[in-house]
Amino acid sequence: MIELQYYLTNLPDCLIYGLLAMGIYISLRIMNIPDLTTEGSFGFGVVVSALTALAGHPLLALLAGFAAGAVAGLVTGLLQTKLEVHEVLAGIITMSGLCSINLVLYSLTEKGATTNLSYDKKTVFELVKSIWGISGQFNTSIVKTIVSFIIVVLALAIAIWFFKTQTGLRIRATGDNPAMVEASSIDVDKMKILALMLANALIGLSGALASQSLGYSDINTTNGTLIYGLAAVIIGEAVFGKRGPTIGLISAVMGSVIYKLIVAFVIRNNIFGDKSANLMKFTCALIVAITLAIPAVKKYIAQQKLRKADKGC
Amino acid sequence: MLEIRDITKIFDKGTVNEQIAIKDISLTLQDGEFVTIVGSNGAGKSTLFNAICGGFLVDGGHIFLDGENITFQSAHERARKIGRVFQDPMRGTAPNMTIEENLALAYARSGTRTNPFARAINKKNVDFFRESLSRYHMGIEDRMKTKIGLLSGGQRQVVTLLMCTLSVPRLLLLDEHTAALDPATAEKVMEITKSIVEENKLTTMMITHNLNQSLTTGSRTIMMDSGEIILDISGEEREHMTMDQMINMYSMKRQKDFDNDRILLSSR
Repeated sequence: MIELQYYLTNLPDCLIYGLLAMGIYISLRIMNIPDLTTEGSFGFGVVVSALTALAGHPLLALLAGFAAGAVAGLVTGLLQTKLEVHEVLAGIITMSGLCSINLVLYSLTEKGATTNLSYDKKTVFELVKSIWGISGQFNTSIVKTIVSFIIVVLALAIAIWFFKTQTGLRIRATGDNPAMVEASSIDVDKMKILALMLANALIGLSGALASQSLGYSDINTTNGTLIYGLAAVIIGEAVFGKRGPTIGLISAVMGSVIYKLIVAFVIRNNIFGDKSANLMKFTCALIVAITLAIPAVKKYIAQQKLRKADKGC
Repeated sequence: MLEIRDITKIFDKGTVNEQIAIKDISLTLQDGEFVTIVGSNGAGKSTLFNAICGGFLVDGGHIFLDGENITFQSAHERARKIGRVFQDPMRGTAPNMTIEENLALAYARSGTRTNPFARAINKKNVDFFRESLSRYHMGIEDRMKTKIGLLSGGQRQVVTLLMCTLSVPRLLLLDEHTAALDPATAEKVMEITKSIVEENKLTTMMITHNLNQSLTTGSRTIMMDSGEIILDISGEEREHMTMDQMINMYSMKRQKDFDNDRILLSSR
């Protein structure tokens, strides 16, 4: 029971960070752009969500987080296309700029200079709990899981639909072959900006929801989000294979779930000794490295087989 | 319908590498004309195409299409009226997308505003694509859900051609589009090209290195050298032109250059 409860408390985050993985999937796989805006847009979503929730409504805060991420994506997109800044540098510039902006935003409340803000229970999860009259740690986990599940499935459904529309098709083609897209009278720059906005909006939404799940927004929650998203996308692809955007988006979310559960398992069972909880990023790097190395190892084994077969003659 | 007035393009202007790629070229194409363009490497053929398509802005002169000044339009704006097929079969299609997705993308090109959130692929247009493809007997029509990257070069060029002409362009530019294919496939793609051009009465410009083809295909032949048009024949003059004459003309020009070089060198 305790074991189940332990993994259940991890499940909402699995799903919430699935939105982050979807964002990374769009920029990395669909657009073929290594977008490093992630940590900036995630943190931007976190703080904007907290401020909006405190001033308004938690649901509005989620939309604000989504919009904040989109703005971050717009800046990176404009840098990349109109000002022709290198793709990686454009992301780094936006990310660095946002670090300061986020810091300033944290000090906007009457609390003054701080790096974290409490939601004072003004989150969507607390809202649902109060409507249903639910309390207790176990039940809270279940509510969190259900609410995140609904939001993630909704986002997933919209994203899958979007990539089947005319605009979605154009975005995909832009990532695949920009020369051909231009020759089809499509504005390549516009498509790139749109895709980066969408990707970072999902990341911002992920940040907003993650902080609401925590109950407070903290500037340090952004650390490691980029590598997390990459890991989720890569693990998803290792399990489901590289296929179209529909499978790809789903596999990104599933990758996030699998990854988070692996990390939970590692910490729970102290796989790396009593320091396991401190080795989360190491675990992450290890998982990514192993997953990326699988094709090379497979190739090596296949070659060895051929060599052996030849010797046998 | 296409009018090029005194266009000039200089690469690396103001540096030691300065190179005049196009020198004051003027050219007028009539509606439905099929022009073949020959010339050695570096003669400026592809640069001329790039100038027309908007790959760069020209350093001087103007380009008009259907009376509209397109000199300063961006490449994707011009693409609404101009279709282009490249030598490299990889360039014209999105390799990781399916055949029907590629065609759907090109089909929406026509100037009419399509709903950006409409489903890109529906039964009606897939049926239309399949029917259009089946006419060329390349066996592609049964593989609509195959990724284009898995097709052969010849098949990809046919799909690219069809993509360029699904919504009929005002001008079709073919940049040695059969040069990367084996002879039999090249011939087949050429046949398909001719039938598409004839059927739609397309105004077409085609770059080729095959002198024979340049005289037998289309209605007008242009020879370029060092960024200039050195020969422009059509009608009777073209009919009486033989390949030997073409080659002579070609080498005559070359000879002249060679002589110039010799004078230059011997004067030292």
